[in-house]
Amino acid sequence: MNEQFEPKIVAFFCNWCTYTAADLAGVSRLKYAPNVSVIRVMCSGRVDPQFVLDAFARGADGVLLGGCHPGDCHYAEGNYKTLRRMRMLERMLKGMGIHDGRFRLEWISGAEGDKVKAVINDMTKKVRALGPLDLPGKFKEWDKEMEELEAHVNKDSKKGETTHAR
Amino acid sequence: MPDKPKVAFYWCASCGGCEEAVVDLAEDILKVVEAVDIVLWPVAMDFKKADVEARPDKSIVAGFINGAIRTSEQEEWVRMLRRKCQVVVSFGACANSGGIPALANQFQKESILKYVYEDCPGMDNPGKTRPQPESKDEGRTLTLPEFRGMVRSLDQVIEVDYYLPGCPPTPKIIMAAVQALLSGKLPPKGTVLSPDIALCEECKRKDSKPADLALTEFKRPHQIQIDPEKCLLAQGLVCMGPATRGGCEALCPAGNMACTGCFGPTSRVKDQGAKFVSSVFSNIAPKEEKEIDAVLDGIPDPIGTFYRYGLSKCLLRRKLQ
Repeated sequence: MNEQFEPKIVAFFCNWCTYTAADLAGVSRLKYAPNVSVIRVMCSGRVDPQFVLDAFARGADGVLLGGCHPGDCHYAEGNYKTLRRMRMLERMLKGMGIHDGRFRLEWISGAEGDKVKAVINDMTKKVRALGPLDLPGKFKEWDKEMEELEAHVNKDSKKGETTHAR
Repeated sequence: MPDKPKVAFYWCASCGGCEEAVVDLAEDILKVVEAVDIVLWPVAMDFKKADVEARPDKSIVAGFINGAIRTSEQEEWVRMLRRKCQVVVSFGACANSGGIPALANQFQKESILKYVYEDCPGMDNPGKTRPQPESKDEGRTLTLPEFRGMVRSLDQVIEVDYYLPGCPPTPKIIMAAVQALLSGKLPPKGTVLSPDIALCEECKRKDSKPADLALTEFKRPHQIQIDPEKCLLAQGLVCMGPATRGGCEALCPAGNMACTGCFGPTSRVKDQGAKFVSSVFSNIAPKEEKEIDAVLDGIPDPIGTFYRYGLSKCLLRRKLQ
């Protein structure tokens, strides 16, 4: 069995531009990779960096954030706030060992259905090449080191004995 | 006369500052000692592990445990205390969220051991000897605790009933917690025993905080003369106030130092560092990537700055290999 790894990508799309573009891609019957789960938000500025970390922690292999082009924000400044936060978030992700291509910020206007297709296909390809991130699996793996002791301590408590550090 | 309620204090990976905080209760500590029997307090009293083990399960009313969890010995102790105590209070930033020791979660176990026992300046260890969990000496077997792969908060190892935040918790919130425990008027399980408001709310400089910070530069404390009245963020200092829980009465800003976030986040926040980025970095001035990056360069160590006391509780938990 040599099944290709299919990455899970969470996409936050702003209601006014990128989500509309994804809609346009749909009605235009453009085909793109099915690896993206889109979450519609009113503005890319609504996306707290916590959401991105949470998506990774819950098993996303990649996170895509789409908003209006600079100057086009429905709320005037929302996407600038996004840009500033996400520039810092990218530095933090790097500091935590999360590879560059796993998080991506793109400006996609309501008319750019083809860009939705291109970005999703490109990101899917790149994240697939990076392989699974699988943080939920890693969390379990990291905590395995405690299991043996737990069994040991429970066994000991029955005998009323202790191990080291008496 | 009925027995006084029994309490235990224990320390894990910690600096001793939390023990100091108990002593900082000053004359109030006499009230505590009058009201309870202390059955374990390694820093101050001579009780051994076997003494505590010999007690029936749930016979200790409250266990106050400070420090993060790094070794198998600490895991073993806190599991034992969990069995013996009715209520476990996670005491201080290290127990709550890993604290300063959790900054080690930016490094792999092997690189830490290699540095400490081989590479660090002043180390003379030609045989590259390292402590082993088990070794033989003159026919006897010696054991040492295991050094775990990462630093954990107390609640990542055992169930915790309450949290006292701070590095260390202040006398005021410690006393309030002790009184709540003694009176039996306990808040819901899982409560952090400190006001659920942002630090800015209790900061005397709050009125000088502009609605839009429009920062053009971050500065470090030694680079400026700090205005003792004005909002520290507005002066370009990284003050963690907006993403940090109150309860300390803004001690550090009152002392002309920016908040470093030791009380952890409020209950609405899942990740203190990410929330800080959300709130403050949206408010820097530039709009172009290059100019934004120049402002961000003013913070050379984002992880160590935003997760100074809480890397164990970062949603990502540690740096990946």
